[in-house]
Formats: sequence, structure tokens, C-alpha cells
Amino acid sequence: MADSVELYRTVRLIRRFEEKAIELVRSGVIAGGIHPYIGEEAIAAGVCAALAPDDLITSTHRGHGHVLAKGADPARVLAELAGRETGLNHGRGGSMHAADVSVGIYGANAIVGASAAIAAGAAWWHRQAGRDRVVATFFGDGAVNQGVMLEALNLASLRQLPVIFVCENNGFATSMRMRDTTAGTVTGRAEAFGISVATVDGMDPEAVQTAAAGAAARARAGEGPAFLECLTYRFDAHHTWEYAVRPRYRTDEEVDAARRRDPVEIQGARVPAVLRARIDAEIDDLLEKARTFADASAEPDPAGALDYLYADGPRGRAGVTT
Amino acid sequence: MPLLSYLRALNRALAAEMDRDPAVCVFGEDIGIAVSNVTTGLLKRFGPDRVIDMPISEQAFTSFATGAAMSGARPVVEFQIPALLFLAFEQIANQAHKFSLMTGGQLNVPVTYLLPSSGSRVGWAGQHSDHPYSLFAHVGVKTVVPATPADAYGLLVSAIRDNDPVIVFGPAGAVGQREDLDFGTLAPVPLGLGRVHRPGTEVTVVAIGHLVYDALAVADELADMISVEVFDPRTLYPFDWAGLAGSLERTGRLVVIDDSNRSCGIGGEILATAAEEMHLTAPPKRVTRPDGAVLPFARELDLALQPTRGQLRAAIEAVVKRG
Repeated sequence: MADSVELYRTVRLIRRFEEKAIELVRSGVIAGGIHPYIGEEAIAAGVCAALAPDDLITSTHRGHGHVLAKGADPARVLAELAGRETGLNHGRGGSMHAADVSVGIYGANAIVGASAAIAAGAAWWHRQAGRDRVVATFFGDGAVNQGVMLEALNLASLRQLPVIFVCENNGFATSMRMRDTTAGTVTGRAEAFGISVATVDGMDPEAVQTAAAGAAARARAGEGPAFLECLTYRFDAHHTWEYAVRPRYRTDEEVDAARRRDPVEIQGARVPAVLRARIDAEIDDLLEKARTFADASAEPDPAGALDYLYADGPRGRAGVTT
Repeated sequence: MPLLSYLRALNRALAAEMDRDPAVCVFGEDIGIAVSNVTTGLLKRFGPDRVIDMPISEQAFTSFATGAAMSGARPVVEFQIPALLFLAFEQIANQAHKFSLMTGGQLNVPVTYLLPSSGSRVGWAGQHSDHPYSLFAHVGVKTVVPATPADAYGLLVSAIRDNDPVIVFGPAGAVGQREDLDFGTLAPVPLGLGRVHRPGTEVTVVAIGHLVYDALAVADELADMISVEVFDPRTLYPFDWAGLAGSLERTGRLVVIDDSNRSCGIGGEILATAAEEMHLTAPPKRVTRPDGAVLPFARELDLALQPTRGQLRAAIEAVVKRG
């Protein structure tokens, strides 16, 4: 569990990290763009604060917040986004796959809903092996209409696995509003499988932490999985390509109204102003150093483009012969 | 010596590996009662924590195996029907297979996918008769297609011990095979190593899976006229290119018999590689299913789309006549 100050530090770190990453997308340092987490920081911060260091998470295409909140080094995350050899994944994963197994991140998945069954399998084996591990699996509201996601809910409940399903319900599956994509309710799906559900204010890090801590305690006690629907709003683009394409699926007024409940401000108001200013300065300094680290890091050698494809060989043949 | 059937060989390999390594577990549908005859006795011997009957949720239990494998397990996932691989293709090709590279080597996924009856069983129609090994070789999943009971044992053992995903296709046309052997000789067979079943000097026939038996029969028929070498790659990915090159050094001629659809099947890859890189004195030929084949139900129609001994014999004679 984290105190108010630690939670503020996490949401602020994620916010400023994402702003820095967007700058680097605009300047061309980060290829391929990113899916900004801005507006949703309270969920990663609250859930990860409720987990133990040995607990595990799986992440999504919008995953920087999860990875940072679970404890990955921001400099190595940024280097990964910039495609550098010093990145968490040696530049082989990028924004959508940034992961650090040493802090319990079992991959960030770019296929919507694909991680839930992986998380369930991980929870099962760790329990089999007698290890006390809770696995939190993050996904968006778009994932609740994926078949494999629903199959995973069934498996997790059937075997009473220590999994926390964390639905980041930001109201949009890319551009599609929930009402146009989703019959019934989000939590109704989990309830149908006999899973304990809660809907929480996903803009408030402390509310999320409290709910996640309850879910983790249940899971640890052998009472099975839990499902948290965290209501949130994405302040920025689905993906940075929106800056060029400018799709109109919501109005500026709607976004401005949502921004009035900003998780960074909500948590910031719980921290004394002087302390808050000091944390802000520390984070800016940390991220400046991260930027310098990424800039100074080597790009991977093209000769190693298929390194890591297999655990211990073989090397496939080259694409051309001479 | 005792007879070992193909399915019994798979069963023995599973039991031996489960006995040797407590991380080995088996997932599948109806495996407790061993509906496909591969998991017979395992539930009783190893219990329900290691032999796990799954709901009909192939996508979820395939990825469940991925998560367990990342955490230290070595799951074997049985699919009763080859077409289920199309359903779980995302979970194998796009998830399990990609984690090692995408995480820069942080995560390995040692899962074995076991198909105890792939290809046509005659009369099982459009959605139960595929033999999709070429798809997995194409995406780079380690792919083995054992022809004999001893190889089925040895390759399944190696697949389970491998630290990457490996898919093991037991061809329906081979699982009825029995082999007279001393069980004490059963041993792991390394992935990526082919086998010459019959040496010859005039033409190399690369035969995959159950088609090894057809190739051996045709080689017998032709024995007085043409000296045929029968080469069984056993593993399609990684392929034993050096073994094939060695065979072609001896024969200079190549025919492939492959139960894939023609376009983009592994047979095409073998011909292309031989043409680019190896010793050939005549243009090679392949015998395959037709382009884009979907097997129809009626027996005559099902059989009409599978590679036959007659086609193989004609291809061998044509290649030998060409040079």
C-alpha cells in the first residue's frame, strides 16, 4: 500500500513521462507513435500500489503507466520507446510491448483482451508451485467483447485463481462509444461467471488502491478472482496518429469537461504544496536524465534483428542468399 | 521384440517426461478419459493438478498454457482436431511464439502443442481433415511431423524439453503404425535432424509424416528400375537442409510428397531451396494436395485430393527421365 505522497508521485511521473514521450513522437525520436495513458494514471498507480513486489501484471497497448507504476526504470522505458539497445526489451518491443520481468511485468500485449488468459495461466502455475502471487491483468472496455477474454473469466473463476481483472473503462473502444459496442454491462459479464465485481472511480488513485487491495487480499486468501471496473476518461488521443488524422468522435467540450476531474490534480490536492513542488521538480529532473540516457544509448545493430527469436537457437535462414 | 504403436509411443513419452520433470503438465479436452488415446492412464498416475481437462475454450487454454509456461511450467496442450489450430492460431503464432523476441529474451514459452491425429481420417469432412503444418513452419514455430512410433516418442520428448513453443503433428495416416522394437532403445530425437529411411542413388524422395510409408512402398515397386532414396525430414522447422543437401549430392534428383495444399506448402519451400542452393541434375517435382483444397466428405472425393502413390511414382519416373 502506498501513502498519498507516493501515489501522487506515481501519477505525476506517468503524466510527465507521457508528455515527454509525445514530444519525442512529434520530433521523430519515437517511431510508430504511442497510445497515451494521460487521464487514466490513477488506475495503474492505485492497482500497482496494492500489489506486492513479487506480484505480477500484464499490460496493454496503452501500457506505459502500468509498467512505470509496477516499478520499471523510466529511463529504460523511454529508451525502449526510442528503440535503443538499452531499452527494457533491447529495442525489440517498443511502446506496445515494454516489459520488465524483473519487476513482475509479464508482457504488454497489443492484441485487445489477449493477456487475460495468459494472466490466468501464470496465476495457476505460481499457485501450483506454492508461490504467493497475485496477477493483475489490465485491459480496456473494448476487451470485454473479445471471446478469449470471456473464456479467461470462466477459467479463472472455475479454478478460483488469484487474478484481478482490471477494466479501464474510458468509454471508448478506439473511436466507438460503449453504447455502440457493448450490450449489457461490463461488470455483468464477470458476475455471470460468479466473479466478485466492483465499479470504482478510476480518476481517484486512493479509491482504486482501496478496491485493488481488497481484491488482492481476497485472491491471496484463496477466495478467487475479482473484477474491478475503473471508470475513467482518456484525455488525449487513442494513438498519436490522431494528431495528424484528427478524427472527430468526441467534442472538445466533452474532453474539457472530463479534464475537470484530473487524477493528477485530485491526488495533488492531498499533498502539501511545498512537497508537491519538490516532487514535481524531482520528476522533471528524473525524466530529463531519462531523455539524456535514451539519446546517448546506441541503436541496436541490424545484424542482431532476429536475436531473441528463440530461447536457445536455432537461427533461421536469411531472407536472401548470395 | 514387443510392438509399439504410434499412440502408445506418444503416451509413453508424456508419462516419461511427467515422471522426470514435475513442471510438465497436460491440458486438453476430454484428456481425463483419454478420448484420443494419448493420455491414457495419466490422470490416475499424475492427478488432476497435472492432467487438466479444459472447457471447450481453445483460445483461452492455449494462452493459459503460455502464462503457465512463462511462470515455470512445461505444458503440453492436446488438440483433438487439427482445425482447432486455426482457432488458436493467434494464441500460438501471435502470442506464444512472439514473446521471446518482443521481450528481448526476458520471457520464454516452453509449450508443446500435440495433434494426435492431423490430416484426413477419411469421412471427417471439411473442418476435421486439415494438415496445417506448413502454416506453423511459415511463421517460425518449431514444427515436427514424426512418421514412426520411435520418432514420435523421441521428438515429443525433445519438444517438451525445448524452451520454445513446439508443435507436434501426429499424422492420422501414421498413428495406426506399430513398430517392432526394444523399448529400452527409445530415446530423444533432436529437433532439426532428418532421417534416411532407405538409401538410394538416383532420386531423393522427401516424404513428410505418413507419406514416408507411401514413399517406401513406391521405392519398393520401382526397385528394379530406379534406385530411390527416402528422406524424412521429421522436423519441418528448423529443417535439416544439410541432410537434404547430402542426399542430393548422392542422387541429384528430387521429388517431394507433401500433404499440404500446393500453394505456399512446405513442399514448395523444399523445391525452392534445393533449386537455389543444392545439386540438381533435373528439374524437381512435388506431389501435394491441390491449391486451396478443402476436403469434401464423400470417400472418393476426400481421397481424390490427397497425394497418392500413383502420383508419386509418375513424378519419380518423370524426374528420372528428365536428366
